[in-house]
Amino acid sequence: MAEIMLELNEINTFYGKAHILHDLSFKVAAGEVVALLGRNGAGKTTTMRTIMQLARPQSGTVQFEGNDITRWATHKVAQAGIGYVPEERRIFGDLTVMENLEVGRQPVRDGLPAWTVEHLFELFPNLAERRDNRGKQMSGGEQQMLTIARTLMGNPKLLLLDEPSEGIAPVIVEQMAQTLLEIKAKGLTVLLSEQNLHFARIVADRAIIIEGGGAVFDSTFEDLETHPEIRDQYLSV
Amino acid sequence: MSFYFAQFLTGLSSASSLFLVACGLSLIFGVTRVVNFAHGSFYMLGAYVAYALVQFVPGSILGFWGSVLAAALIVALVGVVVEILILKRIYNAPELYQLVATFGVVLLMQDAILLIFGGDDQFGPRAPGLDSVVRVFGEPIPEYDLVLIALGPIVLGALWLLLNRTRWGILVRAATLDREMVASLGVNQSWLFTTVFFLGSFLAGLGGALQLPRVSINLLMDLSIIAEAFVVVVIGGMGSIPGAFIAALLIGELNAFGVLVLPQATIVLAFVVMAVVLVIRPYGLLGKAETLAHVAGQVELPIRPASTLAKSIAGLLLIGLVVMPFLAGEFAIVLATDVLIFALFAASLHFIMSNGGMVSFGHAAYFGLGAYGAAFVIKYAGGSMELALLAAPLMAAAGALIFGWFCVRLSGVYMAMLTLAAAQIVWSTAYQWQDLTGGDDGLLGIWPSEWAKSKTAYYYLALVLCGGGILAMRRMIFSPFGYTLRGGRDNPNRTESIGINLRQHQWAAFIIAGVFAGIAGGVYVFSKGSIFPDEAAIPRSVDALVMVLLGGVQTLSGPVVGAGVFRLLEDEISRLDYWRAILGVIIISIVVIAPEGIAGFIKKIAVKAGFERNEEQAS
Amino acid sequence: MSDPVLSVRNLSKSFGGLKAVSDVSFDLAKGELLALIGPNGAGKTTCFNMLNGQLRADAGQVRLNGTSILGLNPRRVWRMGVGRTFQITATYASMTVRENVQMALISHHRKTWDIWRPASGLHVEEAMQLLDLVGMREQAERAAAILAYGDLKRLELAIALAHAPELLLMDEPTAGMAPRERVRLMQLTADIVAERGISVLFTEHDMDVVFSHAHRIMVLNRGELIASGSVDDVRNDARVQEVYLGGGTLFEGQAHG
Repeated sequence: MAEIMLELNEINTFYGKAHILHDLSFKVAAGEVVALLGRNGAGKTTTMRTIMQLARPQSGTVQFEGNDITRWATHKVAQAGIGYVPEERRIFGDLTVMENLEVGRQPVRDGLPAWTVEHLFELFPNLAERRDNRGKQMSGGEQQMLTIARTLMGNPKLLLLDEPSEGIAPVIVEQMAQTLLEIKAKGLTVLLSEQNLHFARIVADRAIIIEGGGAVFDSTFEDLETHPEIRDQYLSV
Repeated sequence: MSFYFAQFLTGLSSASSLFLVACGLSLIFGVTRVVNFAHGSFYMLGAYVAYALVQFVPGSILGFWGSVLAAALIVALVGVVVEILILKRIYNAPELYQLVATFGVVLLMQDAILLIFGGDDQFGPRAPGLDSVVRVFGEPIPEYDLVLIALGPIVLGALWLLLNRTRWGILVRAATLDREMVASLGVNQSWLFTTVFFLGSFLAGLGGALQLPRVSINLLMDLSIIAEAFVVVVIGGMGSIPGAFIAALLIGELNAFGVLVLPQATIVLAFVVMAVVLVIRPYGLLGKAETLAHVAGQVELPIRPASTLAKSIAGLLLIGLVVMPFLAGEFAIVLATDVLIFALFAASLHFIMSNGGMVSFGHAAYFGLGAYGAAFVIKYAGGSMELALLAAPLMAAAGALIFGWFCVRLSGVYMAMLTLAAAQIVWSTAYQWQDLTGGDDGLLGIWPSEWAKSKTAYYYLALVLCGGGILAMRRMIFSPFGYTLRGGRDNPNRTESIGINLRQHQWAAFIIAGVFAGIAGGVYVFSKGSIFPDEAAIPRSVDALVMVLLGGVQTLSGPVVGAGVFRLLEDEISRLDYWRAILGVIIISIVVIAPEGIAGFIKKIAVKAGFERNEEQAS
Repeated sequence: MSDPVLSVRNLSKSFGGLKAVSDVSFDLAKGELLALIGPNGAGKTTCFNMLNGQLRADAGQVRLNGTSILGLNPRRVWRMGVGRTFQITATYASMTVRENVQMALISHHRKTWDIWRPASGLHVEEAMQLLDLVGMREQAERAAAILAYGDLKRLELAIALAHAPELLLMDEPTAGMAPRERVRLMQLTADIVAERGISVLFTEHDMDVVFSHAHRIMVLNRGELIASGSVDDVRNDARVQEVYLGGGTLFEGQAHG
């Protein structure tokens, strides 16, 4: 296995008094695309927020490239090279496309391709046409493209995508899958949470199923196929 | 004609001054979502520091303009200290807590300035080279006013460039929309907020320092400017700098010409304009609907009828209150009467604020209206105390009926600002309409009927009226009407979508709260024998907020506990020299250290100790 | 076919020159589950908001059992027998599950102005029956704030049923749920509406849910209805595939059964 980029170690996170993550542990290797699967409320979003330190774990550690980033300020986590694309997109509606990208801009990191506005417009041609439009004037699919592009402006090593396909037309989701495969080809490590198994299977190398705030399955999609009982129990249609 | 033009220029110059203060306030609100009461204190501080620099720095090294700039910088640094020490800790707290905390800073600064500069009015020098007048169409216009007129648009342009053409500006605008997202993109928002506070305070300090050649500087500058700045910011749309500019022009000119038409009602006029603007455009001229910032909200749990333990404590308390006059001296009885009055006052605020989600920053309006209503019956109608105590809630209800109609059309900070404006209307009417209210001299000699003359009898009267009012409101909280209000607070859309006309219910709740605040005001006036405009002023409204906060916003018994503690505390410290500063520190400490209040804190302990149900395990 | 419960004719709405909904017409029969699908920004939400009175239409007619409801405010529309669930759950966080349902009942029985009787004792039986219906009886005394997401959705359904509506408007009823929960919730909805003869108009992005539960589908694109018909008709429509469904890699193969 390649070098470990991200490692969660027995994480326990609470939201108010509710215990959301229970001793959650998993690893993501450099260059991998990993899908976090599981029903709503299983703890996928909280996992993302814990990695970003937007939710503070009560115990356990998050390691990124060998550094313990637990309890770091969120902006430090981002500056270390973790890019976060939250659910619900959360673009800056009153800012133009160009200004949204500017907020995400961070210095180039060594050893990684530097994203420029031009590169991103190649990847997301729709955005180029709408560069001077305000975020709120764009459709849901375009907004999702913009939030990914905005995060890429920070030249992250690890990309966290929280439910990128939620609420987006299937035809757009198909395009997005292709885009993610291109991003992956550039050497980025990706951790995405998904409800849509079909989509996850297209883009991800490995699946981690979260249930009740802990990882109950961690292996390849082929393995998941051979364990229909797991699929039925936690994901089944 | 030329006179009117001159008047127009006067309006422009005061508009510029107003804009300097208001744009900083709007900027700070836009980014940090804090309604900063202390902004007026920074303005006042700017004036005092500039005065000190001009007067006492030897050899006029700085000169007039150097002193003004230096003063603004010093104020900006003080602003940064306040931001780092206090506001940083409460950015995620509900707006009420923030407002009350910044009012704590107001009190602290008042006493600090009193300590350093003394309480006398000070007169600054003229600006060198600008100390004469120019003739415009034959009318004399101070040169200095022309400089101010030019300064407004210059600052507006500079701010626009800063916000739209620099990375800092883009980050600030992004943070206005979604702070958490900005942090997730690698921006140190804590530092960003501090820089915004620096700039905002700088502008307030600059606005204050520039007043030096125009007006005398005194310790009342802070609250008078902050009320006006709130009006400007709200009319313009909170967070909108161009909006603040337009609104400042509007208010500046309104004052300049209003003084010709209705010299007695200039303050009222500004607030009336604000109310009208908000009804037509609920988010101000250039404002946008409040976007819910991504801040984790407090989850409130269902209310339950009092537990046996709580009921026993309440019973014991009641018995204690009934037998108290037999055990205590006259002084204690008077103090207890006071506590009862303020408990009812606080409970009436709690009724709409906590249960109904309608934050009122101007609840003193109804207390004051009740008090004046009662006083009028005695003074002008020759009526009895009994009649006066009936008139008190009626007068307050009439006020709540009118103001409430406007207020329930808004929500959140805008509603809060409009309630504040309503209170300012009441206060300024009481202050300026001398023939009716006696103005600052107040109305004196309003004493109870013969049977209630003794302190003990009056105490029992207060106990019946105030205790009864509190219990009645408590009953209402558990009624369908109370639940409807709480539903409206939890989720207005849901409430409308199950066929409920929420606005009507909120309006009714506003009036009910007004009635009980009015009763409190009526009982108050007879216990003191007099009434002054102060009873409707901002500090009295803040008192009510502090009492609710002290007791615990989410606790039904909170206002009673809060009123008790607050009055006893106030009684202790008001004898000290710098009691405002002490009170300010106490207020800030409560917000920062124990935001759940005293009753909330006790309840938490009771739950931990197993005396009370814990909702988390209640399923 | 008997007279439709809901009849919409030439419904149109523009926002500053942009046609959000143009000339939309359709009927909804008693007991029918009709899905409204389409890309983001196609006008689905605008349509919904006009139907329930939140938004004023520029032109068109909307009749509920023959009575025009266009131009009525949301409260009146509700009183006429139209229920609604929200995409983002809208319950009262500071009330218990039972109290949430009681609130809808209190409003239905027009008792919201009562300032004296304790609310907790009103319409308890009715509330418990509704909770039974959606399988939430055991959780009646829990605070809504601490419910799991799927349970909130069921609570929402119980609230929407409190005034015995004839028509239910459901905005993305399964958004944010896991596949298995989605199907369970839609099955529950389908059973209840079949039993009570309620008509349902719903929007949805999950094609698995749409294809397995809708009786009929309408597709909206840029404000216009571009297709309408049975599940199979719509799935095989070339235009619908192009603007919305794509190559079909993202949903299950089977048609509805």
